[in-house]
Amino acid sequence: MANYRDIIARYQDKPGGIIEAYHALQREFNYIPREAVKEVARVFRLSEAQAYGVATFYSYLSVEPRGNYIIRMCESAPCHIAGADEIIKAFERELGIKVGQTTPDGKFTLELTECVGQCQGTPVITINSVPHVGITPDQIPAILALCK
Amino acid sequence: MAEELRIVLRNADKIDASNINDYIKAGGYTALEKARRMEPRAVIEEVKKANLRGRGGAGFNAGLKWSFVPPAETKYVVCNLDEGEPGTYKDRTIVQKDPQTLLEGMAICAHAIGSRQGYIYCRGEYPYLVEHLNNAIAQAKAAGVLGDFDIEVRMGGGAYVCGEETALIESIEGHRGEPRFKPPFPGVAGLWAQPTVVNNVETFANLPEIINKGADWFASIGAASYPGTKVLTLTGDVVNRIAIEVPTNTTIRQVIYEFGGGIRNGRKFKAVQIGGTSGGFIPESLLDTPIDFDSMRNIGATLGTGAVFVMDDTRDIVDIVTRIAKFFEHESCGKCNPCREGTFRCYEIMKKINRGAATARDIDNITVLARVMQKAALCGLGQAAPGPIMTTLQHFRHEYERKLLS
Amino acid sequence: MVTLTINGKQVQVPDGSTILQACRLHGIELPTLCYDPDLRLAGSCRMCIVEVKGRPLFLAACVAPAENGMVVETESPDIVQARKVILELLLARHGGKCLTCEKNGNCKLQDYCYQYGVSDTRYADGGRHHYPIDDPNPFIERDYNKCIMCTRCVRACEGITMARAINVKNRGHNAKIATAFDGNLADSPCVFCGQCIMVCPVGALTSKVSAGLGRAYEVEKVLTTCTYCGTGCTLELNVKDNRVVGVTSNRSADWSPVNRGALCVKGRFGWDFINSPERLPTPLIKENGEFREASWDEALDLVASRLQKIKEESGPDSMAVFTSARITNEENYLAQKFARAVLGTNNVDHCARL
Repeated sequence: MANYRDIIARYQDKPGGIIEAYHALQREFNYIPREAVKEVARVFRLSEAQAYGVATFYSYLSVEPRGNYIIRMCESAPCHIAGADEIIKAFERELGIKVGQTTPDGKFTLELTECVGQCQGTPVITINSVPHVGITPDQIPAILALCK
Repeated sequence: MAEELRIVLRNADKIDASNINDYIKAGGYTALEKARRMEPRAVIEEVKKANLRGRGGAGFNAGLKWSFVPPAETKYVVCNLDEGEPGTYKDRTIVQKDPQTLLEGMAICAHAIGSRQGYIYCRGEYPYLVEHLNNAIAQAKAAGVLGDFDIEVRMGGGAYVCGEETALIESIEGHRGEPRFKPPFPGVAGLWAQPTVVNNVETFANLPEIINKGADWFASIGAASYPGTKVLTLTGDVVNRIAIEVPTNTTIRQVIYEFGGGIRNGRKFKAVQIGGTSGGFIPESLLDTPIDFDSMRNIGATLGTGAVFVMDDTRDIVDIVTRIAKFFEHESCGKCNPCREGTFRCYEIMKKINRGAATARDIDNITVLARVMQKAALCGLGQAAPGPIMTTLQHFRHEYERKLLS
Repeated sequence: MVTLTINGKQVQVPDGSTILQACRLHGIELPTLCYDPDLRLAGSCRMCIVEVKGRPLFLAACVAPAENGMVVETESPDIVQARKVILELLLARHGGKCLTCEKNGNCKLQDYCYQYGVSDTRYADGGRHHYPIDDPNPFIERDYNKCIMCTRCVRACEGITMARAINVKNRGHNAKIATAFDGNLADSPCVFCGQCIMVCPVGALTSKVSAGLGRAYEVEKVLTTCTYCGTGCTLELNVKDNRVVGVTSNRSADWSPVNRGALCVKGRFGWDFINSPERLPTPLIKENGEFREASWDEALDLVASRLQKIKEESGPDSMAVFTSARITNEENYLAQKFARAVLGTNNVDHCARL
């Protein structure tokens, strides 16, 4: 596993590169660890309160630990009428967790998201940002089985 | 039978989008060459004369926007690829199918305003586009077509408000994506306080053809006050959920029935929301309205991003508007009072109406609140958020009244 | 100069003025919550909105430039209604515990609700946040249940004190003022200067040291100079029943030219010694290992005689005088004069020399 300092250092010469650095940290850790927020503040010459303010503003950034597979269910209006609620319930049943939670084994986190721009194929989920369109509740076990 | 007219999507599915040579063979980068032989002023005039109006939703004349840029050592060209309006996937489609046309459009703008640095702000939901664009940029640089103009892709983090140009700029600067008050406008003091032109993907993607074929050609297409084409993305209860590019004088009815193939499962039409989730709801009686910016505004709706969200006769308007109210509550940045508190309270009242616990007084309260938000909020998000509530109260009031406590 | 019309009256203002500045220059008051002339502009509370003819949207006067030919209305029916709704929204978030609030009578939200006749809110159905009030620091009470998110505290921390201890976390209705990781001030770069209390327009940030001792309308404010160091900051002792119950500051450049209201932790919070029972009310003289009370005359006579004796026995250079930055220049001058002319030594020093 890469060191958070090394990851952040790659972006230090990019003006305003803090969000890029946060994304890179999340690709490694699935979330932004506290020590990394502090390091980002130091490297980008922000206060820690500012760095924390940025990390908590964007819904795709998280300062809380998350699973290896982040499943997001789009619940914007087009997916809503296509049955997003049913899909969410099916995921909750299948994973044994509620939206916003992570499975005890640290494998899956279930989140809601707003539109992911795949509205030709509602309802849409993303797994680690990869979209899966036209989902039905009965496909869910097979989708989860693909996540090794 | 109405037909598509493809300007920004002219190469879609005809070329290998990951190969710049295909684009060049199809006539790519000739417009940039032509523009570079022109005086920057003349390029701005040409775009102004074409009356190319911003395709992101605001509909401002692009050439006029560029003409406000004052002389400065450093200027930026920023492409808004923060396609956050639910139901919209046009910018993704354009970039996936023809990224070079976007880069060429940005380079034409850069020549016109005298910029050497461009940014593409790509929403955090599209990480796969970042790779695709970086590949396209690398090829364009290797081919030498961009000259001294550099383009860097920056990624958002899941915040609809960053589609607002000043919030987008804040985000590129690495801050919380909170909109700035205007003036100053970005054209004068934008990214890192330097003059900055922010345009939508589709706006840039129109430029190569405008330069190649001329302002008069473009201005003669579609509706006179909003000429050209518009890429629309169909979603909801329509047979064909596809992206299409049509002249701007195409009517909503043609879009839904001729391109969209009508309503799914043989059902009847109830409503269409155009322009994204902040757009107005449109009833059957207004379907013969052309989709251009001004015609849409005249019926109290918007063209917006060009999302076309169709609802059939089984759909519960109040439930959908409640869901939309949740969207705005979730996406408000929280900076200004009317939006931070207003979107939250709108959602609360809509939930109350939707679960059958509200009275006529709640409708009055949300109406008063909505009017204040529309005029007092700091940015377009808070101003537009009540649109779906207001237009459905106008056209589908009976659906609300049906759910009220007597 | 820019010429514009405000509430039917044609006025002239200097180029570069905002509409708010134009109004205030001509005696027209506008309500403001986030605006603070010493801080970076936010334009976010939307209380100072005005109607400008030909503009479809209301403009926030604090950030909108006054332009030639503008026709501005500051209290039109639409504007008044919008302000009322904004106040109702704030009230729904704020909760309104005026009866026990330290800031009762000195609260802008209360003032504007009074001015616009807002006694209740139509928008409280969905409830409100319930944040714990649990920062254990000894100085600053942080009750974010009363916060209206004007961000003046954040901007004062950034722009006046430059501690940058706090910022906004989260977004939308969940936005909240927080240190990094939303912890205690003591674990942040906070220096407890209390500038955040100074700028807070409501009761979200108050002094723990003054809690329960009296509200703004009960105290007399006595303008004085802080005695803690040589900077000479102006502060206001808040006096009730002849006792100091708090310190506030005056932000005007005329009355508080050195610090314009800014203080440090000692000046703002370090005043409780004034009424301390441990404070000496008379001089004490030690006899047989025990202190006894004495008069000033007796005490000074004793000191003079002892100094005289030391001078005779060991010479004047066996003594030295140390003075302090906490007394005035004139007093420092007198102290060195006393050392040289009375004691006869040049052994004079001062803490500020270090």
